[in-house]
Amino acid sequence: MNQMTSRFAPSAAACAVPAIAFDKIRLDLGGKCVVDDLSFSVAPGEFACVVGPSGCGKTTLLRLVTGLLSPTRGTVHRLGAFVGGPSPDVAIVFQDYGRALLPWRTAAGNVALALEAMGTPRLERAARAAALLDKVGLAGHGDKYPAQMSGGMQQRVQIARCLAQEPRILLMDEPFGALDALTRQALQDEIAMLVRDSGATALFVTHDLDEAIYLGDRVFALQANPGRLAQVIDVALPRPRDQLGTREQPEFLRLRHVLFDHVQNTH
Amino acid sequence: MSRTRIDPVLRALPAWLVPLAMLAVTEFAMRASGIESDGLARPSEVATALLGLIGNGEIVLRTAETIGAVTIGVAVGGTLGLLLGVWMGLSPTAARLASLTVELVRPIPPVAIIPLMMLIYGLGIKMEAAIIAFACFWPMLLLSRDAVLGVEPQLIEVSRMLGLPRRQQITKIALPAALPRIFAALRLTLGIALIVAVTTEIAANPIGIGYAIISAGLSLRPEVMYAFLFWLAILGWLLNTGLVAMHQHLFGAAYGEAPR
Repeated sequence: MNQMTSRFAPSAAACAVPAIAFDKIRLDLGGKCVVDDLSFSVAPGEFACVVGPSGCGKTTLLRLVTGLLSPTRGTVHRLGAFVGGPSPDVAIVFQDYGRALLPWRTAAGNVALALEAMGTPRLERAARAAALLDKVGLAGHGDKYPAQMSGGMQQRVQIARCLAQEPRILLMDEPFGALDALTRQALQDEIAMLVRDSGATALFVTHDLDEAIYLGDRVFALQANPGRLAQVIDVALPRPRDQLGTREQPEFLRLRHVLFDHVQNTH
Repeated sequence: MSRTRIDPVLRALPAWLVPLAMLAVTEFAMRASGIESDGLARPSEVATALLGLIGNGEIVLRTAETIGAVTIGVAVGGTLGLLLGVWMGLSPTAARLASLTVELVRPIPPVAIIPLMMLIYGLGIKMEAAIIAFACFWPMLLLSRDAVLGVEPQLIEVSRMLGLPRRQQITKIALPAALPRIFAALRLTLGIALIVAVTTEIAANPIGIGYAIISAGLSLRPEVMYAFLFWLAILGWLLNTGLVAMHQHLFGAAYGEAPR
């Protein structure tokens, strides 16, 4: 096996209390085994990406971390604590922004919803929401309704709402899958910066291998039927990364090669 | 070839030309054929009758009775149906416990309880409003239950992820999300209310529009009957147009959808 790709080996950072830890997870849904014997952990502050063919349980993994779903066997720990349900410490960016935003609330209103849930005093909410929208590049768009915004803008609103929670774990479910290439690249750079600035741990699900390498500190590759961990790749590319430079580096191309080979072999 | 030349003319035609043309053709055909019948009246005769009804105030009186009964009936029956429906949508236990009762009582045709309501309230607007309320209760119950059940599940997940308390999940997510469909249910319910109102009046309320229609028919005055039918069409059209405009005003920009 290739030296740089360690199979099931914990990275050095994972020795501290992990931010997310899956321990021998098995999940049956509707009599079908969706995920089996899955163990891995994500270190605090790490940007972890999950790739794999459809049906390998990528989204399921995120739902297990949220606590909206419980495993049939095995345990999920968040920040050292057993996952019993949703927590404000954990935020999730859904892929389908159209179904995740409240259509009757403006961009600012959608962000304010998170602040209302956190009990932020009414007087502070407007300013906080405006600052968060500013942070995701939506300054001056606070009065727009989701239906009046492009897909990229709506996804930015969702990201701002997640940041409002000041989460320690940020989960993202193919957040840029429905966006055009240019918007996707811009948002990749923004999310990398926002996650770094917040110090949150990120678990990012995507089917785009390039995106996973570009964003991740580590990439977890799953295989399907049932979903199992197939390969872990350490991404030793310097940060901040750059859409042109990083993607041209020999190391990027090598990792891309490794992942593509892997995906072709497991398909 | 010729299509491209005719198209702009066709596109400029307003929709009100169609009923107007139909009236004109009817008038002309009836005059030309010299037809006489107890069941027919020329549009011009109907117009004269309608003006007469407006002039002597009869139409105002009867409309107030019918619309009054519809308003009370929808307000009472619709509100009760809405409350119970929302409750059934939110609570699976409530839905399970109520379902058999609902399915047993709902099939009773509203007009079948006219005799019962006459025993309780006698003739008049109270009896009529009670029957309308009964008729409106069921569609409002089922449609508002479905509206709540149909709320985008991902929105509920969003509210759970944000840690909103159950109360706020209902007031801030479930109810506003269900509102456009509840409003559509109200439109449908008003249509039903008008049908039940006129039916009840034909049978048992001598003040409303329905009674005027049947008495005009029985006394062989088709022009008066048609005048009231025409008036009912106008009332229904106004009601729906007003509600569609209201829907657009309430939900247009915010919900990004148009009613159909």
